[in-house]
Amino acid sequence: MAEMLEVSDLTKRFGGLVAVNNVSFSVREREILSVIGPNGAGKSTLFKLISSFLKPTTGEVRLKGERISGLAPHIAARKGVVRTFQETTIFKNMSVRDNVIIAHHLRSKASLFGFFLGTGAAKVDEAAFGQSADEILALLGLSSLANETARNLPHGHLRALGIAIGLATNPSILLLDEPFAGMNHDETMRMVEMVRRLRERGLTILLVEHDMPAVMKISDRLVVLNFGQKIAEGTPSEIQANEKVIEAYLGSEDEAIGL
Amino acid sequence: MTLNRNVKIAAVVAFLAIVFIAVPAVISASGRFDLYYTLTSVALLSIASAGVWLTFYIGRINIGQGAYALMGGYISAILVMNHGWSFWLALPVAGLFCAAASVLIGLPILRLRGVYFAMVTLVLTEVARLLALALPITNGAKGIVSIPLPGALSVFGVTLIPDFASLQNSRLAFYLLAVTLMVVCFAVMYRLVNSRIGKLCQSLQQNEELASSIGVNIAYLRVIAYAVSSFFGGVSGAIFAAISQSIYPSSFTVTDSVNFMLNCFLGGLGYVFGPMLGTLVLYFGWDLLFQTGQFQLLIYSGLMIVLMLVLPNGLLSLAEMTRKKG
Repeated sequence: MAEMLEVSDLTKRFGGLVAVNNVSFSVREREILSVIGPNGAGKSTLFKLISSFLKPTTGEVRLKGERISGLAPHIAARKGVVRTFQETTIFKNMSVRDNVIIAHHLRSKASLFGFFLGTGAAKVDEAAFGQSADEILALLGLSSLANETARNLPHGHLRALGIAIGLATNPSILLLDEPFAGMNHDETMRMVEMVRRLRERGLTILLVEHDMPAVMKISDRLVVLNFGQKIAEGTPSEIQANEKVIEAYLGSEDEAIGL
Repeated sequence: MTLNRNVKIAAVVAFLAIVFIAVPAVISASGRFDLYYTLTSVALLSIASAGVWLTFYIGRINIGQGAYALMGGYISAILVMNHGWSFWLALPVAGLFCAAASVLIGLPILRLRGVYFAMVTLVLTEVARLLALALPITNGAKGIVSIPLPGALSVFGVTLIPDFASLQNSRLAFYLLAVTLMVVCFAVMYRLVNSRIGKLCQSLQQNEELASSIGVNIAYLRVIAYAVSSFFGGVSGAIFAAISQSIYPSSFTVTDSVNFMLNCFLGGLGYVFGPMLGTLVLYFGWDLLFQTGQFQLLIYSGLMIVLMLVLPNGLLSLAEMTRKKG
């Protein structure tokens, strides 16, 4: 399998704090790879580095061989690395359908001026985006809510809308930031199914997550971080048997009890 | 949005008929020629306010429009007085100069959000005033006076606009000029807001991080919106200078900048025609309260506070509420 995303020797320092320390791994095409680790392990920083929301201190991220680290987030998105957000980050005063339509922006061929004048290209785009948005909404089970104002959606649907927005940009790799956070068992299982369906459509997925059972169920491979360093990499069964991982998780739990 | 096409066309025709035919007819019948000046001011102020509204639309509180109005006024005055330009050329150039200046100013400051951006823009107006006092070309506190009225505009020997100085009623001419520009300005704004650009602006207003994650070049879009906004400010200032035939450092002050913003609040930030209505109501409201003498500002401020509490989405939200009920 070809490599979609390569992370090599990535380091991020905030002053004296090394949040991500010399981390390397790669994500293969059509793979679901999860990054896990105890609180403060540097998962979120790593996530921001890969999506270009932060610039690495050293090291680089490559998409299909092309360097993307250090680019502006909207350029990285154009190249095909698109993230979702941890919290319910959506355009809350727009309708659900408009949220997804606007996310097609990347695909539009018309210029700003073209939109203003309503040129042929702009109209063609507009119709195509509407159709594509309806398909995406159907895929994620949001069709019946298409005309609802986004801020009125229940929690689980909001998360799905976040993914719908990401999908609309037609990414090569979709980065999901804690997609299962705050979900009950049923919601989590539905989300696991949804993520699998996305992979079946040919998407490569990298996710950062706390929820162990869900992660073990969904991932092809895992990368484990602790104190900013990669301590393990492998399939779910390999990770479950890994001494260092058990130690890292137990250690943090001990601390939690001690406090 | 729920109005159908015919109603929209009828509304536009009715509006055009009122401003271009009914208002001049009523004024000449009643002999209240001073109203021309008032309504011209309202039209021009609403253009500047429309600019402020556009910056609100991308999620920025802009209290600096006075700076661009002042800049536009000075640029056109200098071009006409020192370089002998025709007003009709100086007017768009003044607008474009303001747009260009706002790109340079906007690039660094548009990174700020919320109250921080608001504070910087507030300072901008004051900086513009001090610059006008200090620069040799603006003639300090004495300002630029005795600016000639706009001359004739001819293209290939055909006179499109007559020389304002030769007209018996230059007030009517200025009124027609201001109202025409207002109509054009709001037509542009309406088109902007109802095209995809409007949606992109809303995406900035609601969540910049998400907007950039879906590939929107937020820095570029912010600067474009701010430049359009400042263009409107500059054009409005340039015409004010032409009407009063003078421009001083105190022609546009912080108070004006704040008023431009209040016009938007009052009309409604969610409605593209909000700044027009807001300007009209605020301008006439202030004049009506003149009779209350020393209590004018107190009553005025009190009413503004009440209005913002009762109608946080502006006067135009009232129309929407009644439509929903009915």
